[in-house]
Amino acid sequence: MPLTQQIPSTTEPAALRRPAKRNGRWSGYLHLLGARMLELKREPEVVFWVFVFPLLLAVGLGIAFRNKPGDASSVAIARGAEGVQALLQRSPQHASFKTEVLDDEIARKGFRLGKYDLVVEAQRAEGVYYVYDPARPESALAKAQVDNALQTAMGRKDVVPTKAITFSEPGSRYIDFLIPGLLGMNLMNSGMWGIGYALVDMRQRKLLKRFVGTPMRRGDFLLALMSSRLVLMVIEIGLLLTLGVLVFHMKVLGSVFAILLVGAVGALAFGGIGLLTASRAQKIESVSGLMNLVMMPMWIFSGVFFSYERFPAVIQPLIKALPLTALNDALRASILEGTPLRSQWPRLLLMALWGGLSFVLALRWFRWT
Amino acid sequence: MAPAIQCRDLRKTYDGKLEAVRGLNLEIQSGECFGLLGPNGAGKTTTIEILEGLLEPTSGDVSILGHSWRENAREMREWLGISLQETRLSEKLSVRETVELFASFYREPRSSDEVLEQLQLTEKADAWVGKLSGGQRQRLAVATALVCNPKILFLDEPTTGLDPQSRRQLWDIIREFQRTGGTVLLTTHYMDEAERLCDRLAIVDHGQIIAEGSPPNLIERLGGHHVVEFAVDAKTSGSADGARLDVWRTLPSVESVREDDGMIALSVQEPHLAIPALLEAVAKQGSKLQHLTTRQASLEDVFVRLTGRHLREE
Repeated sequence: MPLTQQIPSTTEPAALRRPAKRNGRWSGYLHLLGARMLELKREPEVVFWVFVFPLLLAVGLGIAFRNKPGDASSVAIARGAEGVQALLQRSPQHASFKTEVLDDEIARKGFRLGKYDLVVEAQRAEGVYYVYDPARPESALAKAQVDNALQTAMGRKDVVPTKAITFSEPGSRYIDFLIPGLLGMNLMNSGMWGIGYALVDMRQRKLLKRFVGTPMRRGDFLLALMSSRLVLMVIEIGLLLTLGVLVFHMKVLGSVFAILLVGAVGALAFGGIGLLTASRAQKIESVSGLMNLVMMPMWIFSGVFFSYERFPAVIQPLIKALPLTALNDALRASILEGTPLRSQWPRLLLMALWGGLSFVLALRWFRWT
Repeated sequence: MAPAIQCRDLRKTYDGKLEAVRGLNLEIQSGECFGLLGPNGAGKTTTIEILEGLLEPTSGDVSILGHSWRENAREMREWLGISLQETRLSEKLSVRETVELFASFYREPRSSDEVLEQLQLTEKADAWVGKLSGGQRQRLAVATALVCNPKILFLDEPTTGLDPQSRRQLWDIIREFQRTGGTVLLTTHYMDEAERLCDRLAIVDHGQIIAEGSPPNLIERLGGHHVVEFAVDAKTSGSADGARLDVWRTLPSVESVREDDGMIALSVQEPHLAIPALLEAVAKQGSKLQHLTTRQASLEDVFVRLTGRHLREE
């Protein structure tokens, strides 16, 4: 029905038109949040990077670093030392290496290329020669294994009785270490990009300026953006943990509530940092550079893929001050050890400080137009 | 009753160097459709964004329906519908979602369906913004402005880049809004748009108003009633000196002369006096007339007369 039929007199002043409805205090916030969620859902790239990519990464790394039963060393036996091979095959440890007889030169070349971990040569007068690289752990291991096997095969007796206990329970494997790390990294990535990219994109499109031209509360707008992160956070954590439990038989010791709370604090902290990073940038290109600059140190130092204990002691305090370090540590403690929240508060506080300070500074510097 | 829009001695300097607006005064009454007409870079967008409260002026006062942006900004935003130059709305939201999002910011918005109907977007209500044509996008931009049931509508170059049919559709929408008592301020660099739509307009150049009035009034005052354009053959078109043009200035009823794109244009009060004299003068020179037209003067003539440039010159 055309408008003119609804309005009895076309000369009625616009201001006297009856409003269709009255909006409540939170109407703007709810619509902003709803619009944001719809946009995310309709953006295939977002779905891929936020949800699918971390799963692929976890599966890929989980397979690459899975705990194989007894990684066999590969040993090249130079021609002339066939006797050694025969001895090794008779030894009780023969399953822990595979041997191959080759010409000297081919054996050494294969060793250089990493195909063999160890070359065994026989010198008539001086017994057996091991060619190995002490800087390569697998090479040193192969040398020790072969030597041990050879000596016992020739009749050496152990003088101290020993017994080995293997320890590769769920909870201490690489995949158990990895999944909380990936979770932390993913919360950082999607927090920074989800907030930072979206803001600069809207600023570039002049959409922010258009919003500011309405009575929209600016705080509501930022709040809606942050809230959308919380919703995504729940899905992100749920997916990765489900994958860990179903595919890698991970044991989640902490309560779901504790894990989600740690995730929420982390997501908000990185939301705040994303907001700050994007508070003034006018172009996507410039904010991309800034974000990578901010995230790079944390990718390296915060213990996503390997423990940050490997870095020198001098920089440990700096590493521990990074928000991603706190998030990763807190997630690992909650997921793998079931550490209660009350003993996690220093980490949570650190993240809250990062997020809170960033948020306050961002509000002060924020450019809407 | 306070004027709908008023500003005094408005100035805006960017980064202490570029003076975009240099002492601009406006007074627009409620119910008026007012146009800011000028070339790109004249300061129209800066002016309208200051009036919309989106830019802080370097100096000068703005009042909207008697209120100042410094005191009452949030309340004032309830009264204004704004369409910026080239806002790219979210592509992944549907037309209805977009209008409803904007409606949600206002205390008492109109019904979204009614606004979509008015802007002929009902058919596209569920289409994503990314799939709309230029004309549909522009109508949607106006829909986001009209959904708040505004008292004043600000439109920054609403029809730039649109096809003639889409432009006409928008003009109808603007007129309809005005008919129901709304006030409109629009910027444009289209003469015909300003001439047909605006009750009054100000011609803006280099950040200042160089002429103001109703379109017929401006044309009458500054354009002359008629324009006679002609070209003569090579003999006289050698050097481009002013003396050569003086020949034409002395003809009866001619108010002004200018050379434009190889043609000579005379502003003329009474063509029936000027044209015979013109033909005589051409014959006396021994030149040959190559082209002769007469037409009603337009705003374009006003602008060229005032600035020596065409409005659409890039």
